[in-house]
Amino acid sequence: MSGPRVALFVTCLVDMFRPSVGFATVKLLEDAGCTVEVPQAQTCCGQPAYNSGDRATARAMARAMIAAFEGFDYVVAPSGSCAVQIRKDYPQLFPEGDPFAARARAVAERTHEITSFLTDVLGVTSVPQTASVSATYHDSCSGLRSLGVHDQPRTLLGSVAGLELTEMVEADVCCGFGGTFCVKYPDISNVMVGDKTRNIAATGADLVLAGDLGCLMNMAGKASREGRAFRARHVVEVLAGDLGTPAIGDAT
Amino acid sequence: MTMHTPTTPAFKANAHAALDNVNLQTALRGSRGNFVAKRAKARADLPEFDDLRDRARDLKNAVLANLDLYLEAYEAKVVESGGHVHWAKTAEDAQRIVLEICRNAGAKTVNKGKTMISEECAINDHLIAHGITPVETDLGEYIIQLRGEIPSHIIAPAVHVTVPEVETAFRKAHTHLDPARDLTNMASLQAEARGVLRAKYFEAEVGITGANMLIAETGHSIIVTNEGNGDLSQSLPRVHIVMASLEKIVPTLEDASTILRVLARSATGQEMSVYTTFSKGPRRAEDEDGPEEYHVVLLDNGRSNMLGTEFQDMLRCIRCGACMNHCPVYQAVGGHAYGWVYPGPMGAVLTPSLIGVETGGHLPNASTFCGRCEAVCPMHIPLPKMMRHWREREFEKQLTPGAVRYGLGAYAWVAARPKLYRLATRIGARVLRAMGRRGRIKALPFGGGWTDMRDFPSPQGRTFMEQWKARAK
Repeated sequence: MSGPRVALFVTCLVDMFRPSVGFATVKLLEDAGCTVEVPQAQTCCGQPAYNSGDRATARAMARAMIAAFEGFDYVVAPSGSCAVQIRKDYPQLFPEGDPFAARARAVAERTHEITSFLTDVLGVTSVPQTASVSATYHDSCSGLRSLGVHDQPRTLLGSVAGLELTEMVEADVCCGFGGTFCVKYPDISNVMVGDKTRNIAATGADLVLAGDLGCLMNMAGKASREGRAFRARHVVEVLAGDLGTPAIGDAT
Repeated sequence: MTMHTPTTPAFKANAHAALDNVNLQTALRGSRGNFVAKRAKARADLPEFDDLRDRARDLKNAVLANLDLYLEAYEAKVVESGGHVHWAKTAEDAQRIVLEICRNAGAKTVNKGKTMISEECAINDHLIAHGITPVETDLGEYIIQLRGEIPSHIIAPAVHVTVPEVETAFRKAHTHLDPARDLTNMASLQAEARGVLRAKYFEAEVGITGANMLIAETGHSIIVTNEGNGDLSQSLPRVHIVMASLEKIVPTLEDASTILRVLARSATGQEMSVYTTFSKGPRRAEDEDGPEEYHVVLLDNGRSNMLGTEFQDMLRCIRCGACMNHCPVYQAVGGHAYGWVYPGPMGAVLTPSLIGVETGGHLPNASTFCGRCEAVCPMHIPLPKMMRHWREREFEKQLTPGAVRYGLGAYAWVAARPKLYRLATRIGARVLRAMGRRGRIKALPFGGGWTDMRDFPSPQGRTFMEQWKARAK
């Protein structure tokens, strides 16, 4: 194969909770001509430590991740949030003068979120899929505001034959997940996700799609508790044609 | 000493109470989206808006790099025009200075335009404790003064109050008016407040206003208002006191106009506020009106300690309120839950700077880092980044809860050992899967924060890394 050599950063949530998202990502990358490898030393990007103020731990975890992901043409993750951690935050953790600074930068500039990688880097604007479902797309915060992921997933979804995309109100407002926020401030998180599930339900769509599993588990978990009719899936599942796998929070 | 006692350490309890407060939720839901839509339109209508933001940021950065020089230049201009500049290192200093000016003026009543610096220094409480009556003349401030509250928003102080609650407060306070009058809509409430306050303007010996900007090149202070109350408060009484914090300085009139162009658009979505008022020095011989004495109280109260630190960028803030208008946490709980003078994202960064991270530490944690605040900030203040810096200070000072510290430590220890991590995730995935029924877990031990209000989706079974390895073979 002559395509780019891409390292999949599967992310800790996808690895443990929803491996099918990882395989859907691999399929999209391979269909686009990439050679996909999965570095075995990868664990977690360290965002929980970084956002909790534990800079030393965040740096230690970043060093291990940088070592695991060096030397590839690209690093791709099925998550805006985890991609931001590597792309934007690793260089901040190793400022100029630090022996890791150049290595952090090198990995950072090769790292992408999957939908924007497909469209912006590989120039893929359509996928050969058919799905007769109605869907609405939630913009996860980090991908949207730190990477500018907004049109890319919508463009790709627009190419899925039969898929009807309806925008919800406040699609760009946080679902209330926020990593540890959802358990540190559960009352507030609950109100935020309740607003989100109401906005999703108001579209009448069968599916809410998003690019980050944390947000999706939050929205799916709330919708399930509320007995909502819609289901939640990672956007790559639809793009890779994997609607056979039960939706998030459904019986397998 | 009379200071607002922060309830920030009780942020969680405050938030809980706020979520249960029906009136508050009605008010918050009623205003939700209004500011957002108006700002979005104002931005769309001005193609150079984002360029102006860059210029505003750059000019304020230049000010902060030479703050002492600009302050001295400003002081010289004020003095030259016959005014007085008082340097207040602390809120207590500001209280003392204001009280002394009021006493020297023989004041019984003090009219106030809207000023957050006065709130920060609890000037009203201090004046009342010394027998002087402060009268808030901004409608929102007047409402919360009647209700005995502090502002819940920096530009819309009474945004948490519903119309029926305003009616109740007015009926209780304005007993000289006809009990049968109609007060069920905003227009009648506004008319009543205007009538009551109009009389007060002529009673006050001293008027206190804030300042949106201080101009070094000319010695002017600027206030922007929509009600005109600030103009009457500062031009009718014999003495005018401007209360401002020292980072409000801008070098030139030109710079002030750059900031004015982003200020109202970011705040209320207006191109300009209804009134933009410049004041400088006492009335001159040729002036038809104006105060006989002009004082500026310049407050530091911890701000100079932020210079040269990772929190310096916060001093660019022009108090437009866009960050809180776009904050989903603020939208959910309102401003009072934050427990001190400044709510929302800007409060989450500024409050720990001013009252200490030991007291204000909850605020920078109560954020999902969704980044909407930074995205709309006209001064490009990296609010989430600075909240993270506060979390780092808390972690260093061991203020972070033990469970979080140990949890992170254990997680990091395992994550540093990929083989152990693989094993732990394989076991974890299976245990959680076994706990779930029909794909979801209804109650997680130690995970009540999640499962009290949401189901927890179960893992699919084998981890990705496990399956990938099998596939590769």
